[in-house]
Amino acid sequence: MQQISSFTPEGKRVIIKKPELLAPAGSLEKLKIAVHYGADAVFIGGREFGLRSNADNFSIEEMREGVEFANKYGAKIYVTTNIFAHNENMEGLEEYLKDLQEVGVTGIIVADPLIIETCKRVAPNVEVHLSTQQSLTNWQAIKFWKEEGLHRVVLAREVGLEEMLEMKKHVDIEIETFIHGAMCIAYSGRCVLSNHMTARDSNRGGCCQSCRWDYHLFEQDDHKEEEIALYQEADDPFTMSPKDLNLLEGIPQVIEAGIDSLKVEGRMKSIHYVATVTSVYRKVIDAYCADPDNFKIDPKWIEELDKCANRDTAPAFFEEVPTYKEQMFGNHGKKTTFDFAGLVLDYDEDTKIVTLQQRNHFKPGDEVEFFGPEIENFTQQIEKIWDEDDEEIDAARHPLQIVKFKVDKPLYPNNMMRKGVL
Amino acid sequence: MKKPELLVTPTKVDDISRLINSGATAILIGEEKYGLRLAGEFNRDDIKESVKIAHGLGAKVYVSMNALFHNDKLEFLPEYISFLSDVNVDAIVFGDPAVIMAAREAAPEMKLHWNTETTATNYFTANYWGQKGAKRAVMAREINMDSIVETKEKAEVEIEVQVHGMTCMFQSKRTLIGNYMEFQGKDLKVEGRSKDRTLFLHDPERDAKYPIFEDENGTHIMSPNDICIIDELEDMLDAGVDSFKIDGVLKSVDYIEKVTSLYNEAIELYLQDPDAYQDKKFFYLEEIEKIQPINRNLDTGFFFKETVY
Repeated sequence: MQQISSFTPEGKRVIIKKPELLAPAGSLEKLKIAVHYGADAVFIGGREFGLRSNADNFSIEEMREGVEFANKYGAKIYVTTNIFAHNENMEGLEEYLKDLQEVGVTGIIVADPLIIETCKRVAPNVEVHLSTQQSLTNWQAIKFWKEEGLHRVVLAREVGLEEMLEMKKHVDIEIETFIHGAMCIAYSGRCVLSNHMTARDSNRGGCCQSCRWDYHLFEQDDHKEEEIALYQEADDPFTMSPKDLNLLEGIPQVIEAGIDSLKVEGRMKSIHYVATVTSVYRKVIDAYCADPDNFKIDPKWIEELDKCANRDTAPAFFEEVPTYKEQMFGNHGKKTTFDFAGLVLDYDEDTKIVTLQQRNHFKPGDEVEFFGPEIENFTQQIEKIWDEDDEEIDAARHPLQIVKFKVDKPLYPNNMMRKGVL
Repeated sequence: MKKPELLVTPTKVDDISRLINSGATAILIGEEKYGLRLAGEFNRDDIKESVKIAHGLGAKVYVSMNALFHNDKLEFLPEYISFLSDVNVDAIVFGDPAVIMAAREAAPEMKLHWNTETTATNYFTANYWGQKGAKRAVMAREINMDSIVETKEKAEVEIEVQVHGMTCMFQSKRTLIGNYMEFQGKDLKVEGRSKDRTLFLHDPERDAKYPIFEDENGTHIMSPNDICIIDELEDMLDAGVDSFKIDGVLKSVDYIEKVTSLYNEAIELYLQDPDAYQDKKFFYLEEIEKIQPINRNLDTGFFFKETVY
């Protein structure tokens, strides 16, 4: 097993095997934000063969631009090509994989051996990572995939820390695991609820999340031909909505286990989510690796993650099989406490005027918070607001409108502004 | 034209001779520790006995090991496979590559059938598992008739298709029924949540009822209808699909026996006289409709249904 830590000449332990922080990017803008906010790698979806057919997804040209941008910052790009293909989906696969190689993506995330084998044959420079859709739950299966020439495996979401440790002990291959975000309540790849209920193929990107709908649990009494409701009128209905994954507090253990890549889910989420989650985990990983023995979770990190959460979170299978406490019954959603209000384009140090692109309504008198990789979070009350032509306005009403106002502390391009919602 | 294998699932040892006498030429058995959603629980003595009975009547015995194994189960695989080999089981059904790894060590001669259910969706991947040691691929229930025929044409492995019964829609490692009951504040020891209770989820939007049960492998949710294509067998018989499976999970042996004999008759009739089959096929369908349990309608699954994505 690879060495995780070593000692400095002064005798301080430091982590030398720092895991990759892998962030989701549903669009070129999110890709740039993810890298800017500290992601070592991002995963994106193409127009075909991926599992989020409703997402924006990248054209080959957009991927090229993404790769060029990522290269400048030493970041890697992986493309999700993790459908289980039907015969009719084979067409165009070779061309697509050759395009990915030519564009220069580092790897693809794959579930179907059709795509694994085709990639090995036509795009040998592209790394092949086994998708969580294969629901990989044991080290012998990992050994099998290593022998098949895969570069990396993504574990099933059902794998806990003890199991990860054993996997690392038995097989020398890069292991990626989810640390944050929404997840399937079924073994991935083993759910076709969506196919049955809405004729949308979950394993080709059509999942309509039927698991999160409300159902009623009954018992059939075959002898009496009677159906007995197993709920009272006042009970919340049966549902299968898992709390979102949040492994913030488990990061030290995951690092010590030698896990190679820590993945944040959410290609469909906003840039506010991508920026917030990426920057928090960046700070956690850096802080732990620099001084593992004096590391403490900063309550501010937990608070910060909460600012972009629209559902409750839990560590899922990390320690044991989740109970009802890691599921949501009744009201599944949680009110978001913050809106993403604006993206910083420029800041004039002399006049202290920020130029900002509006992303949500705000007006003079509002208290807002700024955050970004170059700054410590701070809050500020907005005074006068001007539009692009320096006309004073009573509110920033229009999406993507360019506005200016005074901010006391320095800001940098791509810093973000958020606003509390009541 | 060759007669395909008719593979059925007994619920217990005593069912086996009845089912073979009704036309079954192979049986699928196993235990919950290794296999998913079985019609019955067969311990090692049962398996030994089953092989004796089935082989005596000229039928094959397959044992299911298609669970998703976590690390803690790995140590049991080689020994179980050795046992199955020693008692002359004809093939092992697997989904997890860990079974291939274990079989290479424990019983390299043992035949393997690849069956992950939902992910066996194209001929290339069927052949891929063939190269890794599988003799047969069991196709996903979510692909259509045209794909099955095309897959059979291009497959280098045997192709098995489920023609009748319930299918699985969902498997979670979480104990979802128990979790709900605990959430409601019920005492699980009193309530129970197993296959022995006939539980179902009612979907008010579609007015559908989905059987649900928990076992060692987690929570399973099953299809609202039973597949039945006894009146649509022509294309697959013409194509030479190797094995037709009747899945009897959550059904009585009387039901499985009757369905087996009807399919056997339908297949034999088609092979002897395709026109006579055309005349009689709706009769077979009606005969099955007569014995359907309450709440279980028949449909044709995804054989003629397109999915979008």
